[in-house]
Amino acid sequence: MTPLEQYRALLTIIYKEIHRFMRIWTQTLIPPAIMIILYFVIFGTLIGKRIGQMGGFDYMQFMIPGLIMMSVISNSYSNVVSSFFGQKFARSIEELLITPLPHYLILLGWVLGGVARGLLVGAIVTLVSLWFYDLSVSNWTLSIFVVISTSILFSLGGFLNALFAESFDDISIIPTFIMQPLIYLGGVFYSIQLLPSFWQTVSLANPILYMINAFRYSILGASDLEALGFSINSAIFMIIGFIVLFAFICLWFLHKGRGIRT
Amino acid sequence: MKALSINNLKKEYAGGLQALKGIDLEVSQGDFFALLGPNGAGKSTTIGIISSLVTKTSGQVKILDIDIDENHSLAKKKLGVVGQEVNFNQFEKVGDIIRNQAGYHGLSFKDARENAKYYMQKLDIWDKRNDQARKLSGGMKRRVMVAKALVNNPELLILDEPTAGVDIELRRSLWDFLTEINNEGTTIILTTHYLEEAERLCRNIAIIDSGEIVENTSMQELLTRLEEETFVFDLKNPLQTLPKNLGYAAVLENPQKLKITIGKGQGLNTIFEVLSDSGIQISSMRNDTGRLEELFMGLVDSNLNGSER
Repeated sequence: MTPLEQYRALLTIIYKEIHRFMRIWTQTLIPPAIMIILYFVIFGTLIGKRIGQMGGFDYMQFMIPGLIMMSVISNSYSNVVSSFFGQKFARSIEELLITPLPHYLILLGWVLGGVARGLLVGAIVTLVSLWFYDLSVSNWTLSIFVVISTSILFSLGGFLNALFAESFDDISIIPTFIMQPLIYLGGVFYSIQLLPSFWQTVSLANPILYMINAFRYSILGASDLEALGFSINSAIFMIIGFIVLFAFICLWFLHKGRGIRT
Repeated sequence: MKALSINNLKKEYAGGLQALKGIDLEVSQGDFFALLGPNGAGKSTTIGIISSLVTKTSGQVKILDIDIDENHSLAKKKLGVVGQEVNFNQFEKVGDIIRNQAGYHGLSFKDARENAKYYMQKLDIWDKRNDQARKLSGGMKRRVMVAKALVNNPELLILDEPTAGVDIELRRSLWDFLTEINNEGTTIILTTHYLEEAERLCRNIAIIDSGEIVENTSMQELLTRLEEETFVFDLKNPLQTLPKNLGYAAVLENPQKLKITIGKGQGLNTIFEVLSDSGIQISSMRNDTGRLEELFMGLVDSNLNGSER
């Protein structure tokens, strides 16, 4: 395929993916907004007032970056895993496999579809947040970089999950048993400085902690990372490293036909 | 140039099942080729390997002289495949499904739209373009599959049982359409369990059984191998018993249906003379079973017996 043909094919996949999640907007866009409103009402307004300050900020202010990242992570992941596995399940993945599309375009198309949903939901959550709290952004460039790169990373994760999934149960195991605990224990609702030293050390093994804190730093200008002796750059390098690793693994398994070819 | 060349193609599944035992096959450009075989013979595996849905164990596949391993992308550009089962997202609109398929091949939006419109009109699904695919009947879904496979104007079209489970009207309209695009230069490879379909449409034929090609010849040559044929005669007046001196292997199925089997080289004229002399009047006549079906059964049976030995 010529570069122009590849570009057109990529646009087709992205268009199809965006069209898919927009078609079912009541399942994909509204629930995150409702969930975030509930978080703000319960944890922000009701409980948050009693908590007072967290990490040097109002509790609601502290919580907002984490909630935005939580939405971006879970929606990027779930968009790709459900869409790609759905295509496998319905055998419509064959539509792509019989075409001249190279594997990296298939991967890129799905990842960008996941990023599109992750960013859209992130934007919705941000808008909802502004309704509850007057938020200002400390570092726009870093903020955009972290949110997009994290979305790419979890879209790749969703793709990998979908490649290996053989049933609908398989696409809910990782989000339920691995991702959700890591997100909730990654400092969305609390500063890990509150934890005893041992659990702080354990928490540092959670990669999502670095992403949430890098994003919190970009919004608020401070996060747990510096307090614990880590620079924001280390979080950025870690995200990039994971993206490269996951992309390589996805391409390898696509090339091998794992889960998509007999 | 060959539209398809397969050389020593093998496929062994995990667990040791040898689906293909080193098959060789060549299909000329412009041909209408039948790939027949019983269930599990290896037809779909062969098609799966050609279309990259199945990974081969060894061997070589070339589409229009392009090795699918060496230039996968170029080879695929020339290929259209209609799978055995519906393989599109049934929640999408028909028009979107077909246009997107063109997009995956790298066609511009304008070309994708025009090609999709052309094939939807040709296959009588244009008025369904805004309908969700899941609302279509089985026959309509088949048409969508065909339109999808053709939207990139492939030079080689492979159809894996395209008329399975569809009504005779659609089957016949699909036959006419396939004949038309074949006459325009598209090479077609067809697998089907309806042998009269292959006999009617295809010029050349390969029969695959237990992962081996057991016959590969022209349809005409194959049909000349028939040793005998059975004809059914519908009688104008009911007949209670068969005349004794007919001189042919005849069976009176019912008072108005007579079956006569004749050997190779025996003309039909003498049958009419004999029947006429016996006072039997014929209103119509047809083949009892497809001629190809008889040969097919013979070839598959002999291969099965050979395997057992």
